[in-house]
Amino acid sequence: MATVKTKLNRRSFIRSSALAGGGLLLTFSWLAPACTTDSPKELTMPDNWYELNGFLKIGNNGAVTIMSPNPEIGQNVKTSMPMIVADELDVDWKFVMVEQAPLNTDIFTRQLAGGSQSIRQGWNGLRMAGATARRMLREAAAHEWKVPVDEITTEAGVLYHKSSGKEAGYGEMAAAAAELTVPEEVELKDIKDFTIIGTSRKNVDGQKIVTGQRLFGLDYKAEGMLIAMIEHPPAFGMKLKSFDATEAKAMPGIKDVFAIKTYEDDYQMQWSDVTSFTELVAVVGNSTWEVMNAKLMLNVEWEPISENNSQGVPTGFENTSDHYKKMAEAAAKAGREQRRDGNPEEAFKNAAKVIERTYTAPFQAHNPMEPMNFFADVKDDFALLAGPTQTPEFMEKSVAARLGLPLEKVDVQMTRMGGGFGRRLYGHFMVEAAVISQKVKAPVKLIYSREDDMSYGIYRPAYHALYRAALDADNNLIGFHVRMGGIPESPLHANRFPAGSVDNYLAESFTVDSNISTGAFRAPGSNFNAVAEQSFLDEVAEAAGKDPIQFRLDLLKRAQENPVGSNNDYDAARYAGVLEQVREKSGWDTNSEGKNRGVAAYFCHNSYVANVVDIANKDGKSVIEKVYASIDCGIVVNPDAAVNMTEGSIVDGIGHAMYSGLTFSEGQPEQNNFDMYRMIRHGEAPKEIEVHFVENNIDPTGLGEPPYPPVMGALANALYKANGERYYHQPFVKNSIG
Amino acid sequence: MAVFNLNINGKQQQVDVDPSTPMLWVLRDHLDLVGTKFGCGIAQCGACTILVNGVATRSCITFVDSVGDKEITTIEGLSENGDHPLQKAWIEEDVPQCGYCQSGQIMNAAGLLNANPAPSDEEIETAMHGNICRCGTYTRIKKAIKTASNS
Repeated sequence: MATVKTKLNRRSFIRSSALAGGGLLLTFSWLAPACTTDSPKELTMPDNWYELNGFLKIGNNGAVTIMSPNPEIGQNVKTSMPMIVADELDVDWKFVMVEQAPLNTDIFTRQLAGGSQSIRQGWNGLRMAGATARRMLREAAAHEWKVPVDEITTEAGVLYHKSSGKEAGYGEMAAAAAELTVPEEVELKDIKDFTIIGTSRKNVDGQKIVTGQRLFGLDYKAEGMLIAMIEHPPAFGMKLKSFDATEAKAMPGIKDVFAIKTYEDDYQMQWSDVTSFTELVAVVGNSTWEVMNAKLMLNVEWEPISENNSQGVPTGFENTSDHYKKMAEAAAKAGREQRRDGNPEEAFKNAAKVIERTYTAPFQAHNPMEPMNFFADVKDDFALLAGPTQTPEFMEKSVAARLGLPLEKVDVQMTRMGGGFGRRLYGHFMVEAAVISQKVKAPVKLIYSREDDMSYGIYRPAYHALYRAALDADNNLIGFHVRMGGIPESPLHANRFPAGSVDNYLAESFTVDSNISTGAFRAPGSNFNAVAEQSFLDEVAEAAGKDPIQFRLDLLKRAQENPVGSNNDYDAARYAGVLEQVREKSGWDTNSEGKNRGVAAYFCHNSYVANVVDIANKDGKSVIEKVYASIDCGIVVNPDAAVNMTEGSIVDGIGHAMYSGLTFSEGQPEQNNFDMYRMIRHGEAPKEIEVHFVENNIDPTGLGEPPYPPVMGALANALYKANGERYYHQPFVKNSIG
Repeated sequence: MAVFNLNINGKQQQVDVDPSTPMLWVLRDHLDLVGTKFGCGIAQCGACTILVNGVATRSCITFVDSVGDKEITTIEGLSENGDHPLQKAWIEEDVPQCGYCQSGQIMNAAGLLNANPAPSDEEIETAMHGNICRCGTYTRIKKAIKTASNS
């Protein structure tokens, strides 16, 4: 049993009234607690709630409410984070209700959905919150029964004093426990004593989702609320010149039409702000359909952005063909050196065989199914915002700065998000909603159409990679060279595998400027690296006459036993572990006869994932029969939900590698809805997915992103086996709606 | 503007809207039934699927003046207590990730089972082709439809 100081996270244990203030002011049903699906029907609201700390309160009847601190984007944190608290608290999950916590950085830390870090970085704090409350309940019982606290045990929400036979539910002791001083240190459970962590629990919002209840930002409603939409420049590199709103204003149901400036010229941008389109035309009216129709009647003139604009955005209208040309030109020259081991030039000079390949990938739009939207009600001295955001804390600052309000006068509430994949890290739409509400002096819900959403993206950058490998006469890998770049950023991770496993290694990066807005997209950088690198390694293994799994394992063995360099940022044993597991589970050595199989493995966001993809040729078509996944993400909190996340990542990875890409003509995105932008659909998903987790007691790491990148490489390698063709350029299938 | 008497989830509802208003926005903005979702507005994603006389229909391109007295069923009216076999199967298989597309998926599946109570894998794939799930829960959706079909 580990004893940990509660001090580190002291602020979380101040019994704060902020919770009541934030939680009870809200009248919208998605903020009502979600009962777990196995809650008994008779689970009733207690007469009194007792807050033991900012994460939880216990009712006099034994019901428990646990706050889920982080934004829920579909990654299951609203279920899995409270599970961690509940386990340390030692309660029956049946009696737990979950509430979306308010944004309150005095109580909670890192209320952000991104980087696959919610569970990893929340782990200790969540455990401590549960353990602290459990300790206080034991102390209350010890005091009441006049026995030493060490003799009080708990099980499933009941306190016991075994030798005297006394027992009491948590609800009976909650009032007394809430009066106690928060202990300086608490004991955490032994991992073997977990009763909830590691068991599958269903999505706490599941019943609300399948019955269509109000949950998402787009469902938000407030008294007197108006609907707003924006018109943005049709092309990157353009800005607003003038507009005539006469016709739009005359349309039924329209309140006002005006230009807004999302950011003032002297505004200090932070990373979650976006510079592409800072002047927009807003249309505000009574209902969505009326506003959509009025928007069509706008007459707007646009003009090129000026040289030396305040935000330093490059001018010009960009084209996809130029993008690829510029990246190829950059890749033909030496890049910025990021890592060098040994003497790569010499190794390539002396090589018996050199393999050189180029890989590219297009811009991609995030396309969460719920288009961007946000509610804002801005008054002179207070602003309430509510909706889907991955970065409530950062955007609260942006909104406060833009409105000129102190931070404490801006309240941001988190609704469930209809996906994000990185898109909702960038909350310009929150600022836009706030500015519109301020101008019309009314509560406003800003809605993007799908076309707005896809053509005003914060896209996945376009990428280009040149890979070279040097083999000696015995087919040993003696040199490795990667030169990798993108528009506008390089995805290179210079210290990842195969760095550390090759004596002579060179990694270089390059970038190409652009005025197209880009940002994080599920597993940033890795989402290209994995497919390029893992396809390349497959070719190198083939050229060396080696089994692709054994080839990787040999390199990892070298990295483990005698690593090259000292700053390799992966654990070679865990990396090899997932490859070995997927080899066994897929029957790679025993059951590959007649199968078109590809393998890949990748490490990102602190977790390790290996895939085997099986493709069958049926009626002239390649069908993905089965995908195996082996994952090492440490302790798995909610196994079935983790399997779900992995299955989804696999489908998503296959979809984006095969079908999805955004092209530009004269600065304008050429696809703006799902009739032109191809997304993976039901029949294109693998027929079967089998997921395995490496069992260990390592604190949990990320899972939202790690299973996304490697499957693309395994897919490319399996397709090669199926049809003899290597796939170097994404999307593998050229855009056509199939 | 015009007054329309609609039969929604077994109840008569009156709305006063422009005749060109899609049912999607009639439901969401005027009748406060927000389970029907906006995804694309051009019948390409299926998030807005409702049943019209039992047939799965994209409400974003179904104009209010075309509905007449046909029976409209939304996710809110699929069952009284949220226990339609598809809803139960969706919980059983713990299908949703973000959950946004799922009411459309369920309604489309309901239309499928109305027409074909025991669909094969291929028939499910074909019938569900128009419903995008950005989180990639397709394999679970298929399982849930089969579970519901067998119940």
